[in-house]
Amino acid sequence: MQKYIAKRLITAIPVLFMISIGAFLMVNLTPGNPAELYVTPDATAEQIAATERALGLDQPLPIQYISWLGRALTLDFGNSFSTRYAVLPIVVSRLVPTVILMGSTLLFSYIVAIPLGIISARKQGTWIDNLLTGGSFVGVSIPNFFLGLGLIYIFAVQLGWFPTGGMIELGSSGGFFEVVHHLVLPVFVLSAFYIANMARYMRSTMIQVYGENYMRTATAKGLAEKTILSKHGLRNALIPVITVIGTDLPRLVGGAIVTEQIFQWPGLGRLTITAIQQRDYPILMAVTILSAVVVLAANLLVDIMYAVVDPRIKYN
Amino acid sequence: MDNTNVLEVKDLAISFKTFEGKVQAVRGVNFELKKGETLAIVGESGSGKSVSTKAVNRLLPKKNSIIESGQILYEDKDLLTISDKEMQSIRGNDIAMIFQDPMTSLNPTMQVWRQIAEPIIAHQNVPAEKAKDKAIELMKLVGIKNPEQTHKHYPHQFSGGMRQRVMIAISLACEPKILIADEPTTALDVTIQAQILNLMNDLKHKMETSIIFITHDLGVVAQMADRVAVMYAGQIVEIGTADEIFYNPMHPYTWGLLASMPTLDIHQTDLYNIPGSPPNLLHPPKGDAFAPRNDYALAIDFEQEPEMFKVTDTHYAKTWLLHPDAPDVTPPAEVIRRKAKYEALFTSKKISSQVGGEAIGSRG
Repeated sequence: MQKYIAKRLITAIPVLFMISIGAFLMVNLTPGNPAELYVTPDATAEQIAATERALGLDQPLPIQYISWLGRALTLDFGNSFSTRYAVLPIVVSRLVPTVILMGSTLLFSYIVAIPLGIISARKQGTWIDNLLTGGSFVGVSIPNFFLGLGLIYIFAVQLGWFPTGGMIELGSSGGFFEVVHHLVLPVFVLSAFYIANMARYMRSTMIQVYGENYMRTATAKGLAEKTILSKHGLRNALIPVITVIGTDLPRLVGGAIVTEQIFQWPGLGRLTITAIQQRDYPILMAVTILSAVVVLAANLLVDIMYAVVDPRIKYN
Repeated sequence: MDNTNVLEVKDLAISFKTFEGKVQAVRGVNFELKKGETLAIVGESGSGKSVSTKAVNRLLPKKNSIIESGQILYEDKDLLTISDKEMQSIRGNDIAMIFQDPMTSLNPTMQVWRQIAEPIIAHQNVPAEKAKDKAIELMKLVGIKNPEQTHKHYPHQFSGGMRQRVMIAISLACEPKILIADEPTTALDVTIQAQILNLMNDLKHKMETSIIFITHDLGVVAQMADRVAVMYAGQIVEIGTADEIFYNPMHPYTWGLLASMPTLDIHQTDLYNIPGSPPNLLHPPKGDAFAPRNDYALAIDFEQEPEMFKVTDTHYAKTWLLHPDAPDVTPPAEVIRRKAKYEALFTSKKISSQVGGEAIGSRG
């Protein structure tokens, strides 16, 4: 197993390298010159050229890439074009709120969705199942911005139960309960999709598991129904569910761009959108590399989880 | 084997709801299982043999199966009406099952000893450590080598035959009074089949368990059964001791089954087959369900369902050919050959005069 993990980590290096080249090309070939954004509209060509030199944009692309790579290997992602601050602390400070938001969302979604999916499968074809299936259809279909604005209007503007946005009150230093209070609406909005998605998946997986011969064997042994479900059903149902969790995990970093915008959440999503608008290349590069690392890590984690849950899977 | 009945199935009828309508899978089945005997139920796919026995353990899907009528009596209780809780305490404890496909009938994510120990823990209220010892003991009993090491294995680490041994160990864990084996060897190689059958016979004698053995393989029946019930289209068409069914069959369907069995001792160029296919049980035919495929069908077969005619105290068959007014017919050559053996056996034992079947048997 250790050998397998080591092998996977080593193969991740060229993958990250290729991704960095691709990202660098895409970022730099996007129309628009950052230097023009950071000078006054009446700046002369010399002033623009001077700004380009200051940002290092006057060098040929390969040279720019190599110097970026050299610094990135020491975890120095340069300074933001727009604020001039170092990129890494900015990204990390924005990463934390996003992970809080998406982490709570995924956790809440799974806690709600997995039992719902099981109930739906157990009661297949009954009105409960139809209600849950219909509900998940709505949950998957409803756009975040619509649900978000609707909830803000009802619960923040009309009822005043929750704040309209932000992570903490302006001027306060925060605190657990204050953050939770701010989390409720955005988590609810984001969860609509994840709950619906996971519940549907759990339902179909459980229906399949209930049809398996070993479940019949378990019944024939005279086990209680909840023992059959917990000891024989769930573990086998987990195997395909891990795949869904694996595809959800990378969204911890980049899954909430629209919702962050609506709720003024100080996360990576908003940072990314601003960075795109401002052609802030160093920030875009750092965010892209971070996402790539998270995707690769999630894939590895999923493969390890398979081996933990399913004894038939062995890696060499 | 003594003569007390451990299980009585009376007038059992089961339907399934489908999109096309109600399929009458089992249409009035009666049989009893005596203490310590092996009753084989044979018949082709869809004849209702699995369905009738799954009903004994109430393993039919609740969603679409309907028990139309009947009783299943076990220890003065009707298994069809007792509570789910009561049924749960009987399953795996008094009545255990072995299923056809050992490759999928075991939980792939659970160590085998845990799967064997589960019914012991559930029914006998013993601590896990003790149940583990018992599980290892059972693995030894069913002939799994090295259980001290292999008990921690997962099912995928065993071969098909070994997995079926694990299934047998599970079913015997609580020393059940009744063991229902639903085609336990169908998915196995022939050599492994013989091992599993021998094992089951051994264990039956050790534990005095009664076995219901479901199969479509008459060779297996000959090796296992004390009595045989032949099912066709949801009904038992003939039931009797193994000798009676194999050497003095009365029902044309049984004749067809026996004639289509390959034998080694006569020169055979091609094998007999029963023409046609079983009736659609969405709309069971009028009269005898086998009549359209029956070379020996009488006019009345298409009009009226025959009753169970008594041949001997142990032998009954559902065919109008046993009616006193029925014409004489000549069964297939293979059946005549078998009947000759039967008669030879009985004259040598000098008991032919007491056996009512002899007179009818000689009709062939």
